[in-house]
Amino acid sequence: MIKIVKRDQPSRAIFFLTPVLAIFLTLLAGGLIFYILGFKPFEALKFFFIVPIADMYGFSELLLKATPLCLIAIGLSFCFKSNNWNIGAEGQLTFGAIVSGGVALLFYEQEGFYILPIVILAGAIGGMLYASIPAILKTYFNTNEILVSLMLVYVSKLILDYLVVGPWSNPEGFNFPETRQFSDSARLPLLFEGLRIHAGIFLALAAVVISWFVFYKTYLGFQMKVSGFSLKTAKYAGYKGKKMIVLVFLISGACAGLAGVGEITGPIGQLHREVSPDYGFTAIIVAFLGRLHPVGIIFASLVVAITYLGAETAQIFMQIPKYTGQVFQGMILFFLLASDYLLFFKFKFIGSKK
Amino acid sequence: MIIDINFVGLIVASIMASAVPLILASCGELITERSGVLNLGVEGMMIIGAISGFALMTVTGSLIIAVFGAMFAGVLISTIFAFLTQTLITNHVATGLALTIFGIGISAMIGKNFVGIPGKEFPVLFEGLKDTIPLLSPILFGHSIVFYFAFALPFITSYFLKKTKIGLIVRAVGDSPESASNQGINVKFVRYACILYGGAMCGLAGAYLSMIYTPQWIENMTGGRGWIALALVVFSTWNPIKILIGAMIFGGLTIIQFHMQAIGVRIPVQFLTALPYIVTIIVLVVISRDSRKIRLSTPSSLGKSFHKDN
Repeated sequence: MIKIVKRDQPSRAIFFLTPVLAIFLTLLAGGLIFYILGFKPFEALKFFFIVPIADMYGFSELLLKATPLCLIAIGLSFCFKSNNWNIGAEGQLTFGAIVSGGVALLFYEQEGFYILPIVILAGAIGGMLYASIPAILKTYFNTNEILVSLMLVYVSKLILDYLVVGPWSNPEGFNFPETRQFSDSARLPLLFEGLRIHAGIFLALAAVVISWFVFYKTYLGFQMKVSGFSLKTAKYAGYKGKKMIVLVFLISGACAGLAGVGEITGPIGQLHREVSPDYGFTAIIVAFLGRLHPVGIIFASLVVAITYLGAETAQIFMQIPKYTGQVFQGMILFFLLASDYLLFFKFKFIGSKK
Repeated sequence: MIIDINFVGLIVASIMASAVPLILASCGELITERSGVLNLGVEGMMIIGAISGFALMTVTGSLIIAVFGAMFAGVLISTIFAFLTQTLITNHVATGLALTIFGIGISAMIGKNFVGIPGKEFPVLFEGLKDTIPLLSPILFGHSIVFYFAFALPFITSYFLKKTKIGLIVRAVGDSPESASNQGINVKFVRYACILYGGAMCGLAGAYLSMIYTPQWIENMTGGRGWIALALVVFSTWNPIKILIGAMIFGGLTIIQFHMQAIGVRIPVQFLTALPYIVTIIVLVVISRDSRKIRLSTPSSLGKSFHKDN
């Protein structure tokens, strides 16, 4: 007989093992879905998860996709750790891209070492500005940050659309919805000849290191953790709750904005309608899958980035619709949340009595 | 300028038509939230309903099967949410987000073969009365059965919550699961039921979009309506009648876009499209400013898990 028993305290080993279990279950379920759709499950999974990263170019693409995911997820982990539900990173990314793109366009056809730092800074500030809206409305008007940050995603995409179709569109661009190409000084340098991976990856790595330091070595990190566990305790301890809410939103906005900079000044080199294939939403999954831990987030961003590449490869080689990527992302989060049950409960095998 | 009175009637009718999916989804979510469960998967459940309804209509040719099938699809997908949040006690916010991401993905996957297929005409009621009363006729007559159901739903929901015993149980579970449980009410069962009901209504809202409002399948065709429906529940301070008012305002904002463009107002189309989202934020701010009022009307256990130790 099997009995479900509550654990005395959450198991730490299981805390880091369940993400692996969740990935495994997602693969199983994914195979099943492929089977139902009439594909050979093993072949489909191979095209989805192995073929895309089998060569150097594929690996570079993996890092290219993992970079914004990691960067945004690191920022979100500040919010989620302190119980702030910023789900509008996609909007903060877009607005960061708009601001940095606008600055880059100001330097059209100009050269200079100072241009790129200004463009990057502009992106971070853009993201922070946009994230400050839900933060300030939450702290001073008690407004639900989930809904506000999400509504702003739609607004940011419409602002971008307006700009690239209207005032910022390329005058020589035959009315394509895109801006002029940025000058080379406003572009993040590529790391290797022939590959698309760019210097933005260092921004992500810096964010990982800084966040690790803040989480585990500073008083602020401790305060965030306490507020995440119990707001009452935090209040009792005299933490300035409002300031912290604004701060974590600004941090995550800056990270999302930087991810936006990476997208437009790296591979794209101009602003156009779609600067991000929903990285901002997917990064929420990355943050959870990485257990809100900086190192965990690195691994999680690589795993989730494969779903983007796999969806493209599977579409080309097997005509599997590309949305399978999102289905996989949703499933990973489902299974991860479900396997959290094992954190608090365990199965006890009781021998039948004779 | 002479205003054709029937034209005014037509505009009001079109505002009401665009309010229908919001009313259906919000009223469903309202019951879910009243039982203490915050399901952020409204958008995902709606889009699943939209593709299920459209696909079933195309494949079976039966509108009845399609409408009920879409509701059933909403129930099925919300069962995942119910199982996770109630049985496995997962976080409501994260689970709801997963539901939306999953729903958008799987609907696009199923919908791949249905893009570009024309929809069917959905029968309307009282069409013969359309020219009888000026102004009122276009508002009252010539709509689908789902339309009439949507406008009755807030009143039914209000009656259900205030006057029936089951409604009282739902409210009790939402406001104080502990005491409800001590009274012998099976909290988990009630919450399961409310989540599945919410799923059914969101499925119906989606089916209305893909079968009646714009009879075709377009990827991501819910376009954020699920999130606006969620905002409407807050807007209504969990009062179904106010959902009606809110949904009309948002329906109005959607319709205004088309007419402003038609009469040649020089405002960028993107600004008009953004209007409902911006107004949602402003309305949320105004409503939530009074934190005391929000606290009084919010179901006390909203979004908190309940687990009874054996």
